[in-house]
Amino acid sequence: MNWLRSLMMPAPGSSYASEVDDLYMLIFWISAFFFLLIAGLLSYFVWRYRRRSADEVTPHISHNFKLEVVWSVIPLIIVVVLFFLGFNSYMNARVGPGEALEIQVRGKRWVWEFEYPDGMRTLNEIYIPVNRPVRFVMSSEDVIHSFYVPSFRVKMDVLPNRYTDLWFHPIEEGVHTMLCAEYCGRGHSDMLAQIHVVSEAKFREWQEQGDERMRTMPLAELGKMLYESRGCATCHSIDGTRREGPTFKGIYGESHAMRDGSTVLVDENYLRESILEPQAKIRSGYEAIMPTFQGLLREREIAALIEFIKAQK
Amino acid sequence: MADVLTAPPEVGRRHFEPNYLNERRGILSWLTTLDHKRIGVMYLWSVLVAFLLGGIFAMVVRMELLTPKETIISADAYNKAFTLHGAIMIFLFIIPGIPAALGNFVLPLLIGAKDVAFPRLNLASYYLYVAGALFALASMIFGGVDTGWTFYTPYSTTTTTKVSLLTLGAFILGFSSIFTGVNFIATVHKLRVPGMTWFNMPLFIWGLYATAIIQVLATPVLGITLLLIVMERVWKVGIFDPALGGDPVLFQHFFWFYSHPAVYIMILPGMAIISEVIPTFSKKTIFGYKAIAYSSVAIAFISFLVWGHHMFTSGQSDLATAVFSFLTFLVAIPSAIKVFNWLATMYRGSIDLKAPMIYAIMFLLLFAIGGLTGIFLGTISVDVHLHDTYFVVAHFHYVMMGGTVIAFIAGLHYWWPKMFGRMYSEKWARPAALLIFLGFNMTFLAQFILGSRGMPRRYYNYLEQFQPLHVFSTIGSWVLALGLFMVGGYLLASLRKPYDAPDNPWGGKTLEWTTSSPPITHNFETTPVLTHGPYDYSPQEATR
Repeated sequence: MNWLRSLMMPAPGSSYASEVDDLYMLIFWISAFFFLLIAGLLSYFVWRYRRRSADEVTPHISHNFKLEVVWSVIPLIIVVVLFFLGFNSYMNARVGPGEALEIQVRGKRWVWEFEYPDGMRTLNEIYIPVNRPVRFVMSSEDVIHSFYVPSFRVKMDVLPNRYTDLWFHPIEEGVHTMLCAEYCGRGHSDMLAQIHVVSEAKFREWQEQGDERMRTMPLAELGKMLYESRGCATCHSIDGTRREGPTFKGIYGESHAMRDGSTVLVDENYLRESILEPQAKIRSGYEAIMPTFQGLLREREIAALIEFIKAQK
Repeated sequence: MADVLTAPPEVGRRHFEPNYLNERRGILSWLTTLDHKRIGVMYLWSVLVAFLLGGIFAMVVRMELLTPKETIISADAYNKAFTLHGAIMIFLFIIPGIPAALGNFVLPLLIGAKDVAFPRLNLASYYLYVAGALFALASMIFGGVDTGWTFYTPYSTTTTTKVSLLTLGAFILGFSSIFTGVNFIATVHKLRVPGMTWFNMPLFIWGLYATAIIQVLATPVLGITLLLIVMERVWKVGIFDPALGGDPVLFQHFFWFYSHPAVYIMILPGMAIISEVIPTFSKKTIFGYKAIAYSSVAIAFISFLVWGHHMFTSGQSDLATAVFSFLTFLVAIPSAIKVFNWLATMYRGSIDLKAPMIYAIMFLLLFAIGGLTGIFLGTISVDVHLHDTYFVVAHFHYVMMGGTVIAFIAGLHYWWPKMFGRMYSEKWARPAALLIFLGFNMTFLAQFILGSRGMPRRYYNYLEQFQPLHVFSTIGSWVLALGLFMVGGYLLASLRKPYDAPDNPWGGKTLEWTTSSPPITHNFETTPVLTHGPYDYSPQEATR
């Protein structure tokens, strides 16, 4: 019945995910049995005891204590067993191994920010080594988010006033999508991150030098990639549509009125300031909600973004 | 006039006889009425309008989900559409639907009373409902709300949309619900016809009684919680918003402390209708009367102790998660008992597939799926994966729509001849029921797979791999809507006919069938005398 399993669930990314799937399929078969029992009896009764004449007389059967006990106790035993199985595997997921790569996660509308033990920070993208448990310590800067990776069958809310944590143990190299599962507003469904599970060697290489492509890609192209992957696109359009933030279309070289009454020419320095210190100057008519990207972008990446914005005519 | 009770009068003559509908005329006679039947009818039209409105939002949401990116509306509009769909359906349709509309009409008739215990409170409850609905309407007109019907903090305390208006509306609706509950409890205790003991009451009354208890005990908590949100927004009191020193998860505890019992406020009356329809159309004594009655009370009781199963991933302690999971599994048992007893009632019956029975059978099938998929969600580790995905969306639609709404439609067909004195078209009822069944399953079966594959709920954009199932689901919603419009069409069409319904069209044994269709203003000419139990279908000599 593997086809059914792979129809219902995404491919498991860890041994824990397979454990959850086993339980899921067990409940599936128990449910299928009871549903077919109910539907079968129902269909049979409807056909067998259909009304044939208006004055039919039916027997007076008011109750049967033994039957009541049977159909109370059997489901009760089943659900108690399922409770223990579910609790047991849940605790397996809650109690992590002692040694794990620990990554700090900050959720904010509508980006995921990750920080590695060595201080490296990334947005909406992480690399983790295969066959090593990784633990996430999470908090939110604004509303509640939820860290959800379907292929690892893990989910934990990310709260603004306390730390929550979650871990998993990837067993295969590959790319997994992580989603926000707690509704957080306009960009909720765009609050995705990519989890790259790579070999230990590749992981170390990435830690030291960053992504190979990032160092060689032309600036405007890199800028476009960052625009899409780092969450800019959620609030800033490039086609003139008004979203949470000003559109990038034709913005370079324009003069804009600010909230404090001053007027600012959009040039490279203003763009750089707006990326690193977004609260410094707020364009009138917009909310001051953009988070700072200070320390989150390499020098080359800032230049790339500015280049990309300049190219939106 | 004694013959009115025993034999149905001829159709033509009856048209001129006074009944609760034609005895007094004019809009004012309706707005100031204290008659439970008229209040029930006013509730009925009101909740049906709410159902239509909530349904339109549902169609918009499904339409938007036809493609992964923007289809017809912006992300903001989409967020408002699903919020209003949920809030309208829950607060304005499902919660008052069966108790306040059908229950108001039928409850006094079923126990042989002239009216509910407090007729003025009953009318007040209706006006509170209207006031609450106006607040909800105002929140829509002045820009809508985008929090989801669950109003989770701190999102709801910081968003700029019209949260205060809608939560005030829900607060007022809560009082309407409490008034109805108090009224029904008093009515059941004090106004039963002489000779009707607790275990001689129709099971519909047991269901409404259990519901009323939850309404009275749980709704105040919702009221206080929603008021706290308004206070938080207006005066920044800092109970839920961490920026002000509050705790957002506290809100979830408060909210689900009401809203989980509220799930049973929604489903218990539905189950209660099924307990009436199945014996009548099987022409057979209900099987396991006491088991069904006690299971309603058991559900009402346990429903207060399971709220934490909405919060397995909220960061609550693992111990709390374990306890709530265990209690959640317990609440499954009384529901299972009911299903098996209904099945046993049909065994060796004389089953007549009239529309109410067709819907009762549909209820059994859909509610079975709704209940069984609840087991996936009660199992902690499986729930962690499925929480906040379309699996949950599908599950509660199977329970709320496949269960409660289908039961509501069953009850509407069942008591329609009594309420309005006209028979609906049985010929149209069957294809409509088939469309509803097909459309419903198309819409929501696909969503179980979507959720299991990791599609989160409340998503405006989605990964392209999910599109085929979303398209299937959206097409299903069109079929479902077509079926529902057909039901609305033939029911309304029947109102244009002269009175043609016999007093007891289905051969029911409960008291409402002993009075005329539609009933006279005071329900019964004389206080009815109980000669048999509510489900005594067999002649005495056939009793074994």
